[in-house]
Amino acid sequence: MTGSKQSPPKFSAERHGSRIAAIALAAAIASWTDRARTEEQLPPYTVVGDAIPQSLTGAKGNVERGRSIVVNRQVGLCLLCHSGPFPEEKFQGTLAPDLKGTGARWSEGQLRLRLVDASQLNPNTIMPPYYRIDGLTRVAPAFQAKPVLSAEQIEDVVAYLATLREE
Amino acid sequence: MTRPAAVLFVIAVLGAAAAAADIPLAERKSGYEFMARETRAMQDDDSANPATLWVLDAETLWQRKEGSAGKSCADCHGDARTNMRGVAARYPAFNEARGRPIDLEQRVNICRTEQQRATPLAFESKELLALTAYVGQQSRGMPIDIANDAHIRPFLEAGRVMFTERQGQLNLSCAQCHDDNWGQKLAGAAIPQGHPTGYPLYRLEWQTLGSLQRRLRNCLFGMRAVSYPYGASELVDLELYLMWRARGMPVETPAVRP
Ligand code: HEC
Ligand code: HEC
Repeated sequence: MTGSKQSPPKFSAERHGSRIAAIALAAAIASWTDRARTEEQLPPYTVVGDAIPQSLTGAKGNVERGRSIVVNRQVGLCLLCHSGPFPEEKFQGTLAPDLKGTGARWSEGQLRLRLVDASQLNPNTIMPPYYRIDGLTRVAPAFQAKPVLSAEQIEDVVAYLATLREE
Repeated sequence: MTRPAAVLFVIAVLGAAAAAADIPLAERKSGYEFMARETRAMQDDDSANPATLWVLDAETLWQRKEGSAGKSCADCHGDARTNMRGVAARYPAFNEARGRPIDLEQRVNICRTEQQRATPLAFESKELLALTAYVGQQSRGMPIDIANDAHIRPFLEAGRVMFTERQGQLNLSCAQCHDDNWGQKLAGAAIPQGHPTGYPLYRLEWQTLGSLQRRLRNCLFGMRAVSYPYGASELVDLELYLMWRARGMPVETPAVRP
């Protein structure tokens, strides 16, 4: 395995794992992940508790664009794993929690960290790190040194998810 | 890292190791079991299975003299229906001359170049798919039986690493889908356990017959991971691991999949 700092030695999607322990863990290792980030080329961000309170771009995202990223199977890829309030989308995933109500359950800062790098909260998560380029193995050449989503796209998705308030 | 944090971290990692587990042998299911009734019916009836067209072609290819040696497969092997029985269930198998395992496609091409003195067949060519489907069909219903000896073990281990290690931009492993989340839906498609029991097989999405390596390259592409050219040792090691993981399961070649 080539230098993956955040990948545990064995992998599973432990979706029923203890979220509380994971959050405590995330808070406790915040300084550890900060150190890991110094080698990245992506602009730095600050984790506070289980959230990234500040916008990655300094600006607020666009809700409409966020929705279209979420439903796009080549861009957001979210519906591979998640389902959500998208009646027009026939094929949705069952690997992850339904996205409806996420805006009521989580603050924008919490949503931001879950998108940027969910593995900081749950090392076993299958949710891809959308804004991390280090600690990855055998990335296809076309995707090397690029995050799955740009900072602007992350902000658009955060802005959209924050509107999903109905459980 | 502070001391309590380190302890917590270790617990989290150990927990992860405990959660990732192989599917118990008795709970393994072929991709067949995840298919719709109509698709199963296509596989169950050779006259409805489009792969039969390739198998019929192969009956002719088997008899055709090829290359500068002017020999046919049948000249060396006789009747495939008796003499090829059980062969595909043992592949990939260790090849002394190469010092590593080779898959059935490579085996056919070694016969082409060394016995028939003909040019090797291209991967995914109609002829190579036909011949491997035909040879594979002679093992239908027989249990997969991969040797696990000192020769094979390092390659089996390499395949296992490839299967369990996270890779690609999406940071997923094969095992996360096929060991931990089989039966779930990935964008509407049932995730099978990933057993290689039916290859080469007719895939409705491809609208043609395809090899196991084609399937593996599809999954690697989806993961946005480095892919390998057909015949690459990495893919053969992965095929070997998958066949070993499916040991004892019956061969279905040529199967049908969505
Ligand atoms: C390969 C699978 C996968 C993909 C793709 C994926 N997620 Fe997730 N996501 C998960 C899983 C599994 C969880 C559950 C928590 C965990 O495992 O960390 C999760 C958790 C979440 C959560 C927290 C939900 C809650 O209620 O706890 C949000 C919000 C979220 N994902 C949004 C997204 C968005 C938006 C996208 C696309 C831009 C996306 N996810 C893509 C697998 C995925
Ligand atoms: C994010 C999920 C995911 C990952 C990761 C993944 N696969 Fe798959 N795999 C699938 C799905 C879904 C199918 C079924 C496709 C269909 O039938 O439409 C499949 C099909 C297969 C099959 C065919 C099974 C059959 O019955 O014919 C094999 C073999 C396989 N995968 C092996 C692998 C290997 C090896 C890896 C890693 C290199 C891998 N997969 C990674 C989702 C995944």
